[in-house]
Amino acid sequence: MEIKFILNGKQVTASVNADTVLLNLVRDKGCYSVKCGCESTNCGLCTVLVDGKPHLSCALLAARVDGREVTTLEGLQAEAEEFGEFLAREGAEQCGYCSPGFIMNVLAMAKELDNPTTEEIKEYLEGNLCRCTGYMGQLRAIQKYLKTKKGARE
Amino acid sequence: MKVVNQAIPKVDSKALVTGKPVYTDDIAPKDCLVVKVLRSPHAHALIKNIKTDTAMKVPGIECILTYEDCPDRRFTMAGQTYPEPSPYDRLILDKRVRFVGDAVAVIAGENEAAVLKAMKLIKVEYEVLEPLLDFRKAKDNEILVHPEDNWESLCPVGADNKRNLCASGVEGEGDVDKVLSECEYVIEETYHTKANQQAMMETFRTYTYMDAYGRLNIVSSTQVTFHVRRILATALDIPKSKVRVIKPRIGGGFGAKQTVVAEVYPALVTMKTGKAAKIIYTREESMIASSPRHEMELKVRLGADKDGIIKAIDVYTLSNTGAFGEHGPTTVGLSGHKSIPLYGRLEAFKFAYDVVYTNVMSAGAYRGYGATQGIFAVESAVNELAAKMGVDPVALREKNMVREGQIMPAYYGETAASCGLDRCMARAKEMMNWDEKYPVRDMGNGKVRSVGVAMAMQGSGISAVDTGAVEIKVNDDGFYSLLIGASDMGTGCDTILAQMAADCLDCSMDNIVVSGVDTDVSPYDCGSYASSTTYITGMAVVKTCELLKEKIMAKGAEYMDCPKEEVEFDGTKVFHLSSGKEITLKDIGNNVMCNNEEILSASAAHSSPVSPPPFMVGMAEVEVDKETGKVELLDYAAVVDCGTVINPALARIQTEGGLAQGIGMALYEDVVYDSAGRNFSNSFMQYKIPSRMDVGTIRVEFESSYEPTGPFGAKSIGEIVINTPAPAIAHAVARATGVQVRELPITAEKVYWGMNK
Ligand code: FES
Ligand code: FES
Repeated sequence: MEIKFILNGKQVTASVNADTVLLNLVRDKGCYSVKCGCESTNCGLCTVLVDGKPHLSCALLAARVDGREVTTLEGLQAEAEEFGEFLAREGAEQCGYCSPGFIMNVLAMAKELDNPTTEEIKEYLEGNLCRCTGYMGQLRAIQKYLKTKKGARE
Repeated sequence: MKVVNQAIPKVDSKALVTGKPVYTDDIAPKDCLVVKVLRSPHAHALIKNIKTDTAMKVPGIECILTYEDCPDRRFTMAGQTYPEPSPYDRLILDKRVRFVGDAVAVIAGENEAAVLKAMKLIKVEYEVLEPLLDFRKAKDNEILVHPEDNWESLCPVGADNKRNLCASGVEGEGDVDKVLSECEYVIEETYHTKANQQAMMETFRTYTYMDAYGRLNIVSSTQVTFHVRRILATALDIPKSKVRVIKPRIGGGFGAKQTVVAEVYPALVTMKTGKAAKIIYTREESMIASSPRHEMELKVRLGADKDGIIKAIDVYTLSNTGAFGEHGPTTVGLSGHKSIPLYGRLEAFKFAYDVVYTNVMSAGAYRGYGATQGIFAVESAVNELAAKMGVDPVALREKNMVREGQIMPAYYGETAASCGLDRCMARAKEMMNWDEKYPVRDMGNGKVRSVGVAMAMQGSGISAVDTGAVEIKVNDDGFYSLLIGASDMGTGCDTILAQMAADCLDCSMDNIVVSGVDTDVSPYDCGSYASSTTYITGMAVVKTCELLKEKIMAKGAEYMDCPKEEVEFDGTKVFHLSSGKEITLKDIGNNVMCNNEEILSASAAHSSPVSPPPFMVGMAEVEVDKETGKVELLDYAAVVDCGTVINPALARIQTEGGLAQGIGMALYEDVVYDSAGRNFSNSFMQYKIPSRMDVGTIRVEFESSYEPTGPFGAKSIGEIVINTPAPAIAHAVARATGVQVRELPITAEKVYWGMNK
């Protein structure tokens, strides 16, 4: 079937099968930042935004995004770079494979939660697995990033 | 020092955090054949017949390959230096299948749907055989996993396929039995560690194609780029000159990718069809047909005199290598070599082992590589000794631990030339507030808290084996290319080697470019494993820079017409003090591109006769629910002596990450089989790796010693970090509940039943 949707700000069309998942579609469309880590909705690596809300693209049928707006890290390069600098300063993009999905969720969280506590941050990001870093460096990066952003706003 | 010991962001960090297409599947040709493997449903069977004609009719199918299409030449997938200690026990596809998930046929087609459809239509007739599933019964069992005559062991490791033995041996010093019999306190216990998955986020993957020169090109997510070339040439029975291997960025390895798990399948397809092909393992395949940690059962006898001096340690390790022997003979060695030497006052030790074949998936290399298993056993036994004696386990260790300058008889007789273990213990004790927290604290709500401790060591490369080389070239305008054969697997060797080069050459990091590994271009390096890169390849960088500086000065002297003995180089210019002449590196770099007969580059290799151990101490604080047995890790404090820390941010992340993996091993992770040998732990649903809710707070500090044989005084960091959580957490749980869990993982059930025996 034919679907139309907005991918990173651009109107695109695609012909998809009933069982095509969004993950494969966006990769086919050149959004290689979107990774697959598990096929069982456990890892969060495939996180994209649909109408601004984080979704696991491995569990979302492509047909469902017809008429909607999909954003991957390719569409958030400036924000990714900004937060990414904090992450890189901690060395917490070790292999980097989990970073795009993780950053998608961090950016969504930064929009959604005001002044999150450590517990709130952990809970929000619970679905984002990382096998390399042990999570502490990611947390340090987030806290420094949020603090800097807050400082800039005040 | 300018950039060494600085937390420099990784040279590839920007690409990674912005999600650039830098991994294998991102850069594979879009039209390459999709390759998948049909896998055995039986743990042990002989293939009688494979019918592929119906499957071949599926539109888009290019080929279906079976054992009849593969060379009858056995090889090992273990990424080790030739001659490999791991036996040559595999074919790419074999008539005999040896575990549920073993490869039966390789299918290639235009798209995944066609390949999956064809896979279902292949008809295989099996003669099902009784599997050998209990590793305790494997030795000399009448069921043989490898009865074949062309099975071969290249090294004297005590292997015998007619006895299901992948390796066996015994070593020691002094009379253990006698010393133990004279000990006031003796602990004799058996510990059991399970197979664990590395579970790197990027599964195994490779693509292959033929190039314009008729050579097989392999682009693979691997830690052992050069070994892939040799192993694939052997497996495919083609000259090594016909193979080129390239490593792009890789999404984690932890040892998994020190085994050539997936490369052979697309390579076989490309060889047969001439077409580009790729394989991407599903998570399920990565869980059922990969290279997990060797399951081990360790019998420990440990004795101390009345003053608590540990006088003898006896370890017997039974290791389960599964269907194939990858890393079997070597991992087992570390279970003794990297546990017993932690104790410096022994009068006798003995270490014996058997490594057996069974009909479960082959084990492989996983961070810690046997040391993790041995340290769980020995450190647990020491904690049990402290309990038996009624003394503080920290004090007991302070009395017995290996100290700087001591000879370590159980560690190849090497001397601990750099050892800050005592300082690690002192600092960890402060961080954990040990004296206050050591007593068990009842929280009054059915929960109790307590702390546990463990020490660890590892090596830095494989002594007198591992070889690393780099080359540095001077280019136009005087920028440097640093060519590395070591395979950065995310942990940052491209960065730290560039840091070392920048310091040696007195320049900024910006003046050095680094690229990934290409066997056609990079100097030889055995690869990134055995905690070798910083220590071994780092030293190759130091040597190379020395050579290059000489050459730069000679060139500068030539251009300035000065005696080369009299010039100096400060990183940006060569100058002659007495005449005041100088020439910049930029000019030298540009000059050598015209009318020049000597290239301005240098290359050096390094290998080390010793493998200096990093040391560490880990302390865990847990809370146990007395009702349910549920264990929650609250806090983990770790102090590491890895020698000079080359990049504190990257070393810290490695440590925190390794600790989290160790916490997973201690509390959650377990590869479970049913009675027919089917693997239940085939997804992240079943095989739980820790999320950020499961690891408590992890705190890391460094207590550096200075290793005289290492670059800038550095030792290794990569593996040691996984070794302390299992024994430290088991200890904390034992303190809290009185239940010493000797079989990992430490589940609520085990604790509950232990309390309610
Ligand atoms: S791929 Fe793991 S959650 Fe989507
Ligand atoms: S950095 Fe490798 S999985 Fe997170």
